[in-house]
Amino acid sequence: MNNLLVLLMVVPLLVGIFLVFIPNYIHIHRWSTFVSLLINAGLSFWVLQHIVNNGIVTVDFGNWEAPFGISFVGDSFSVLLVLTTNIVSAICVLYAIKTIGLSREKMYFYPFVLFLVAGVNGSFLTGDLFNLFVTFEVMLLASYALITLGGTKKQLQESFKYIAINVVSSSLFLVAIAYLYGLLGTLNMAHLSERIATTGQTPLLTVVSLLFLIVFSLKSGLLLYQWLPGSYSTPSPAVAAIFGALLTKVGIYALFRTFTLLFYHEQQITHLIIGIMAAITLIGGSIGAIAYSNIRLIVSYNVIISVGFILVALAVMNITAIEGAVIYLIHDMVVKALLFLLAGSMIYVAKSERLGDISGLIRNYPVLGWMFFITVLSLTGIPPLSGFFGKVLLGIGVIEAKSYILLALSMLSGFVVLYSLLRIFMSCFWGETIISEEEEIPLKKSQLIPSAILVLLTIGIGFGVEGLTPYIQDAAETLMNPEIYIDAVLEK
Amino acid sequence: METLIIIVAGVLVTSATYLILSQNLIRVILGTGVLTHAVHLLIMAMGGFSGNVVPIIGEKGNTYADALPQALILTSIVINFAVAAFFLVLAYQVYNRMNTDDLSKLRRYYHE
Repeated sequence: MNNLLVLLMVVPLLVGIFLVFIPNYIHIHRWSTFVSLLINAGLSFWVLQHIVNNGIVTVDFGNWEAPFGISFVGDSFSVLLVLTTNIVSAICVLYAIKTIGLSREKMYFYPFVLFLVAGVNGSFLTGDLFNLFVTFEVMLLASYALITLGGTKKQLQESFKYIAINVVSSSLFLVAIAYLYGLLGTLNMAHLSERIATTGQTPLLTVVSLLFLIVFSLKSGLLLYQWLPGSYSTPSPAVAAIFGALLTKVGIYALFRTFTLLFYHEQQITHLIIGIMAAITLIGGSIGAIAYSNIRLIVSYNVIISVGFILVALAVMNITAIEGAVIYLIHDMVVKALLFLLAGSMIYVAKSERLGDISGLIRNYPVLGWMFFITVLSLTGIPPLSGFFGKVLLGIGVIEAKSYILLALSMLSGFVVLYSLLRIFMSCFWGETIISEEEEIPLKKSQLIPSAILVLLTIGIGFGVEGLTPYIQDAAETLMNPEIYIDAVLEK
Repeated sequence: METLIIIVAGVLVTSATYLILSQNLIRVILGTGVLTHAVHLLIMAMGGFSGNVVPIIGEKGNTYADALPQALILTSIVINFAVAAFFLVLAYQVYNRMNTDDLSKLRRYYHE
């Protein structure tokens, strides 16, 4: 049973490597990618079921026991995210099959997606900080390739910035790891947590934790998000959807893991700073979402707002808020992918990214319009769609912690999300129809199906949240009680 | 010995920062390379540096160096090799497509 956990990273990796050797069989590329991601989703659901019933699953590679060898640790939080990652990326691949174009497919698009998913899954599952660095790099290298795939001028310019900032932040990550190793002499997360708990979080350790905060903030787009809108708005829609849904979430996961498992002793310093950063992110993201009139930029700024919103939960650090954050994280992965796919379809049919150039699409493409409207409602948190429950729980948690400024900012950001997306909806779908019937670019059914599946998923999560509750509660409980994690890994 | 290595790492970080902040594509890439090497030295120093013992537990010897930092550095070198290779190819592509290696001139393309 335990070894299944490794498959979640190894399956996409092996399929990806295999596909590199058969570059001419694009059909095999397409369907084996899709099917392997679905198989992976099934496996992760199975593992999740096992974790909820029997506790955390760990694998020690090569039978080197926990603090000495490299281990994979699957708790409900990480495996829930792995499950969502696989489902969302499978649907994005389905969209890519119809839209990405043969030339990009032949440049190993599908292997890169699989490597990216392998890196993301590995980052969620690893129980070792240095291994987290390695899986981060696997993910980032695949993302460098995907962001430049196609090689338009704008892509090349934006990706240079993206790569430069990520290389520098990876170096900072290594610096932080080096300091931590020098101070505590271990890199296994459970072992680290135990040692920090016994020696106490000394000022030096707090400084190191702030270094980690900077690194993961760069990756997740918390406060240091200036690179994000440009680089997320240049690649093709399917790639942008995968980026928007997955990449920042890995940074958020790393923040949650380090600041609930390792550095939770000096909350008046570290978590206060996280709270301030989340507040500034919410404000900055909101300003960006309102200020621009380019659809892709508005959508990218919405990613930033949700990053700030989720990290409010980490700042207040109580179980209700964390539960809310876990639900919201899952919801956000689904809905952000949906939003990027719909924006991509709109730009495809209207041949423009600017709000002023598009109008009256609802007459030509009613299904697209309605799906966009449902997405807007879900993102804003209108019941019974999936955004509602996360927002309510997070809100209750923030009230319990009596941080009213964060409460006000996070709820106001909801209005900004509503305003910025309704602005797209009203100016693009309402108004005079500018595309005549002869000029209309047919939007194939196959291009709408992936978005439709995601719409059903957000409605489904909304109605079926009762079924998700045991997993969410288990995830939040493990996050709030590091002993559960430590005991499972070190097998006491 | 540790002090010396830390000073060297500091000098490398300084020059890397200067290079990364410059206008030239190749200089930025070289800067990231120098930065990662500085970090490798730091990892080595943080692992403790006893000077003349090997990282293997011999049958007779009772002192040995910590082998882990070297494993970490090796992994990191491999990763950075891949990243640097990709980065250089990207810079070449940028130069090919836009006939410039000046970052401030690249900006114009974005605003068109």
